[in-house]
Amino acid sequence: MQPGVIPSPKTGRELVDEYFIENRNRLLEIAAFLDRLDRTDASLVDRDFRVRAFRDAIKLLESRPAAGEPQTRVERIQHLMSDPTTEPLEKLDTKGARGAYDRWQLGVA
Amino acid sequence: MMRYVDLHAHMVSRTTDDYVRMALTGCVAVTEPAFWAGWDRSSADGFEDYFRHLTDFEPKRAAVYGIRHFAWLCLNPKEGEDRALAREVLRRIPRFLENPTVLGIGEIGLNKITRNEIATFRDHVELALEHDQLIHIHTPHLEDKYKGTRTIVDILTEYDRIEPSRVMIDHAEEHTLPIILENGFWTGLTLYPQTKVSPERAIDMFERYGTERICVASACDWGPSLPDAVPHFALAMRRRGHDAALIDGIIYGNPIAFLGQSPKFDLSAAPIGTAATAMPRSESDAKTAAGVAAA
Repeated sequence: MQPGVIPSPKTGRELVDEYFIENRNRLLEIAAFLDRLDRTDASLVDRDFRVRAFRDAIKLLESRPAAGEPQTRVERIQHLMSDPTTEPLEKLDTKGARGAYDRWQLGVA
Repeated sequence: MMRYVDLHAHMVSRTTDDYVRMALTGCVAVTEPAFWAGWDRSSADGFEDYFRHLTDFEPKRAAVYGIRHFAWLCLNPKEGEDRALAREVLRRIPRFLENPTVLGIGEIGLNKITRNEIATFRDHVELALEHDQLIHIHTPHLEDKYKGTRTIVDILTEYDRIEPSRVMIDHAEEHTLPIILENGFWTGLTLYPQTKVSPERAIDMFERYGTERICVASACDWGPSLPDAVPHFALAMRRRGHDAALIDGIIYGNPIAFLGQSPKFDLSAAPIGTAATAMPRSESDAKTAAGVAAA
């Protein structure tokens, strides 16, 4: 990733000291959400595009962007969840957004 | 004392307690784009009443707490599919543009990126150009944001007459911010508790891209949102180790630089409806002010 325009006032060690606990908590919240889904219906990943997108996004968390890779983890997850098409819809289907694009045509369980 | 301008706040959906919270945390002005009420309005008359609310009642309510209130007018993207309604509402907007607190056309944009939404968006852009107004633009939510932002930027760059520095393309996130900035537009980061951007991610974007042409705002409305999201952002900036001058530039200097392109955006004047304003009030105005104060 390119270095920032405004340098971080904190060192890497200081960022860990300051933010580790709250991000550890966020990690456990995600783990608990997945465990909850497994307890109720472990097959959702094959039947609900939102769960499929969520699982695929988690894989991106651990893959560090290569040198020269323009997209950060956040951007890669955002693009994974985004509608990649370019043509406008002919008419409105629904007003609301669901959080992920159904690129697998799975629908909602 | 911290000071800030919340460039995007739907105060018609908020209580007077929220104005108090904002005033106590240093808010000197809000700008309120016209938006979706959470349900579709049934007629152009409904929009006209809403515009009266935004341009008459709300500035008086804000003034009780020493906050300047400005507005943007439009038919919002969530109702842009109805072309007949859009045409009628657009026909009624110009007379409201004369109001001393109306800064421009907004928040226009796209929701699900349909052909009708695009036609309504273009109509609004042309109205703004015809009346030499600033433009404030909503970008779609979640999975629709990238496609919608790309489409909006492509449309705007077709117009030779548009000055990008007079256009704010709001609700940017990491994957859309570069598209907006590279084309010379202003952008906004919306500080929401569940969607859009957290204070921490907003700070990351400032560290990566700098502070030029980027604002932060609460976009507080009837959904999960915080009227004091901007001071929460300032607190997160201090926690990250950034200095007061940098924070002041983002939360006060930047919105003033964008909004100040309208001659109506003048923070030196007292808020409308305060004792310092020497304008005579009609009986109905006095009742409104009394009602607001009593609340």
